Amino acid sequence: MLTYIIRRILYAIPIVIGVNLLTAVLFFYVNTPDDMARKILGEKNVTATQVENWKRDHGYNLPVFFNGAEEGAAKISETIFFRKSLPLLWLDFGRSDRNNIDIGGEIKTRMFPSLAISLPIFTCALVLDLFLAMMLAYYRGTYLDIWGVVLAVVLMSVSTLFYIIGGQYLLGKVLKLFPISGFDTGIDSIKFLVLPVVIGVLSSLGVGVRFYRTVFLEEINRDYVRTARAKGLGEGAVLFKHALKNAMIPILTNVVVSIPFLFYGSLIMERFFAIPGLGSFTIDAIQAQDFAIVRSMVYLGSILYIIGLILTDISYTLVDPRVRFE
Amino acid sequence: MIYNYRSVILVTLLNSLRKYAGGGTIIKSPSVPLGGVLLGIFLVLFSGGCTPNDPYRASEAGANTFYSTFFEPPKHLDPARAYSSEEYDFLAQIYEPPLQYHYLKRPYELIPTTIEEVPSPIYYDKNGKRLTPDSAPGKVAKAVYEIKVRKGVLYQDHPAFAKGPDGSPLYMNLTPTDLKGIDGVNGFKVKGTRELKSDDYILEIMRLADPEIESPVLPIFEKYILGLREYSEALRGDLDGIRKERRAKAGVSYNQEADEKENPIILDYQKHTLPGVERVDDHTFRIILKTKYPQFVYWLAMPFFSPVPEEARLFYKQGLLAKKNITIDRFPVGTGPYMMETFNPNMEIILSRNPNFHYEEYPKAGEDGDADKGLLKDGGGRLPFAEKLVFKLEQEVIPRWNKFLQGYYDNSGITSDSFDQAVSFSSAGEAELTDAMKERGITLQTSVRPSIYYTGFNMDDDAIGGYSPERQKLRQAVSIALDFEEYIEIFNNGRGVPAMSPIPPGIFGHSEGRDGINPYVYDWDSSKNRPVRKSLEYARKLTAEAGYPNGRDKNGRPLVLTFDNPWTGADSTPMINWYIKRMRLLGIQLENRTTDYNRFQEKMLKGNFQIFSWGWNADYPDPENFLFLLIGSNSKVRHQGENVSNYSNPEFDRLFKVMENMDSSPAREKVINEMLAIAQKDSPWVWGHHPVAFGLYHRWMSNVKPNSMANNTIKYVRIDPEIRRKLRGEWNSPNLWPLAIIAALLILGSIPAVISVRKKLGRAKR
Repeated sequence: MLTYIIRRILYAIPIVIGVNLLTAVLFFYVNTPDDMARKILGEKNVTATQVENWKRDHGYNLPVFFNGAEEGAAKISETIFFRKSLPLLWLDFGRSDRNNIDIGGEIKTRMFPSLAISLPIFTCALVLDLFLAMMLAYYRGTYLDIWGVVLAVVLMSVSTLFYIIGGQYLLGKVLKLFPISGFDTGIDSIKFLVLPVVIGVLSSLGVGVRFYRTVFLEEINRDYVRTARAKGLGEGAVLFKHALKNAMIPILTNVVVSIPFLFYGSLIMERFFAIPGLGSFTIDAIQAQDFAIVRSMVYLGSILYIIGLILTDISYTLVDPRVRFE
Repeated sequence: MIYNYRSVILVTLLNSLRKYAGGGTIIKSPSVPLGGVLLGIFLVLFSGGCTPNDPYRASEAGANTFYSTFFEPPKHLDPARAYSSEEYDFLAQIYEPPLQYHYLKRPYELIPTTIEEVPSPIYYDKNGKRLTPDSAPGKVAKAVYEIKVRKGVLYQDHPAFAKGPDGSPLYMNLTPTDLKGIDGVNGFKVKGTRELKSDDYILEIMRLADPEIESPVLPIFEKYILGLREYSEALRGDLDGIRKERRAKAGVSYNQEADEKENPIILDYQKHTLPGVERVDDHTFRIILKTKYPQFVYWLAMPFFSPVPEEARLFYKQGLLAKKNITIDRFPVGTGPYMMETFNPNMEIILSRNPNFHYEEYPKAGEDGDADKGLLKDGGGRLPFAEKLVFKLEQEVIPRWNKFLQGYYDNSGITSDSFDQAVSFSSAGEAELTDAMKERGITLQTSVRPSIYYTGFNMDDDAIGGYSPERQKLRQAVSIALDFEEYIEIFNNGRGVPAMSPIPPGIFGHSEGRDGINPYVYDWDSSKNRPVRKSLEYARKLTAEAGYPNGRDKNGRPLVLTFDNPWTGADSTPMINWYIKRMRLLGIQLENRTTDYNRFQEKMLKGNFQIFSWGWNADYPDPENFLFLLIGSNSKVRHQGENVSNYSNPEFDRLFKVMENMDSSPAREKVINEMLAIAQKDSPWVWGHHPVAFGLYHRWMSNVKPNSMANNTIKYVRIDPEIRRKLRGEWNSPNLWPLAIIAALLILGSIPAVISVRKKLGRAKR
């Protein structure tokens, strides 16, 4: 297993370098260093000298990928890409271009509020999705299954924004049961988390139930299920002990890969509920043309994705003895 | 008490969870499994009193705290760097520049904050001979502002002032162990203070020239403060020299960013002389300008001239603090009424009253009518009135608005979405609150902002620019066709005043009534006593006289103009369509060229546009700050200035030189009127509109008067926390009965499923 993981990590190196390269190409295609300087210095009274000084002070006066004016290795090392992206390899995210804050520290601070809502939403939604999907699979073909699927389609057709605004209106404004938005630490955070968690679970219910129902239906028609029934097992045991276990591969594919991204938070949920998480960090940075944050977050995203895929592969071996690290 | 009660609930909750998971209880208590979990959650949520939707802690109820919001986290709280209203909302409560605007009086009047009196310049010629105040600008070689700092003004308590037994700074050369568990300045155990001195103002002026700070106003003051340009170039040289040295020492692998994070560069400000500032004594200093610039005193009311102590500069230049994001950009050190308590820009910013704040009274006099409005009741009262200011980050308008209605925010603006809910217009066109707002005792305050949003023409363009009578008529015709009364009604809910010139109401030089109209776009209707826009027929006549009858040239080809804007959002398409539709009324085809912000800026810089949309917000209440937007030496294309139209009229420029150095007097007004007449005839802009700010305030707030120039106004506002607590309780008692109905429906709905399962299981068993 260790060899496999090392091999996967080595495979990941060219991927993350490629992702960084692509991020820089796309970012600087849209924003030139001059654009960045003007945006960051402000809209009033910005002179060409200030723009040049800013670029020099922040290392954006160099060519992006290749410096023809230098000799030897400096042709590559004296570039924006090399200088800014190399420290990312040892997770040194540096400081933001816009207001000089330590990006690593900011990620650490904002990660926990994101987790505070994404983790309960993820867990509750998963349990509820699996439970309801199994129930529908159990009642396949009956009115409950038909209306359940119809309801799932309705739920998945409604925009997340509608759930949020509707939920805040009904539970926060009309019934006055929860604060409409906000965040706190410790036990006081519970009252702020219930509403976003309920809304988050509800908004993901339709998609989850439909997906897992399909997975379970596929399993229920297999031979081993018929054998289990034939040997006299109750329907509950068939579903929970046999079908669920065998349906684990598609479930894990769907679930494990998303676990690392729970740190990333959700843009819309965090904006509407004023959760100080990571959800809006990247979008705000793109709007403010802060390359330092954009490259850090994209890099982090690619690392998390690779971790997610490795975790998924490892989890396969845990649930299916036929899968081996080869 | 509440926390203890909650702890018991939590224990019950944990016990229930543990039992449910198969474990034992943590504390012996009569726990119930799932019911206990749900009951626990329910009690935790609803144990805070009768208002479970209260976003604040129970301990905060009844506190003398002002609650408001911010839309965007402030980027900088360094007074030399900050230059936006989002930043000034906080900065102005903490720092005190030498001057401030009188809270109540209009027109705006400057009064001292931490200095003895508003300084008057003394002018000298090139031979050092003193000149009279009304001397011609050309003769003035030096303008000296002597500023006397008040004695006994103290800084807020801050670790930068803490001293060890030997009198040396306690928190210099910090180690990681010293900073364990510290994430802000309040984490330091020992704090100190000291008296405000003239050196602190001098230091701040030197900081404006520091290349590491990147002050946005350096290019402005390099033109005025004696020797500032040379001083900033010398500091720039020092910085580049240090960097070069460090790079040479470290070799190819040198990472400037990483190195400066660990070892920040501390420039030696005293290495070079700055002749533009002179220290006379501990409480007196002089600022020396190299030219006459009467508007300079207004800058003294802006944060750029706030005092910064050297102790704070050196304290924050420690790499370990910067690594923890503890910088002067986040934790200011001021003499103002409030100080930073919590800085979490992603959630909340809390300012608490500065116990060292010097004595300052609420004004005893204001403008006419202030006494009737109850604005003088607190006259002579010691400021500030509120103990704490809590600002919550609310980036979405719907939650922000609803929480204001619930009483959890003390004030609110009005967005387009909630406008109809809050405001209606009377038959006389006056804005008034809806009945729902009146029932809650909410008050509405409106004020014209010192800003202008205009549509400009590129005066260098071959088709629409130029100064010939034909081009003037073409632009005048477009100005008539673009009906901004309609625009304000459709897109701004009536919150705007059509502009007759660049100068907004409330600023010297703005004229009301018949004298103030733009005669090329409006006529005066004596019967209605108001301006009336000229007819479209007249505009078409002007278009024909300009050489484009029905919008076509002599060869029958249509006149096609382009419209550049960086607009995004829901309103952008209807707004663009409105422009196209209005121009079509003259037969002119308008092609929209919406681009992203960067490309738009680039086009403006290069002059690659015909018609564009732009805006300007005043730095200070003087007509010079608006009319300079039209002088030739400020052209965007030629001088990278703020004259985006690139308008250049020699007579206008000549009059500007005269006007900018005059005191506000009838003679100055006459010059301004001449300038406006020239600009209105040339029509480099469709003058657009001046926005009107609408603010809503709950009944527990008093002393509220909009002041568009001042940002430090919260110290004057009084809160009645008792009324607020009572009304919040009344407005937010929960409705629990719908929950009971939902629970009953769920139980009823699940009965058939349960029966069906039982039947099926029974069948399976058989």
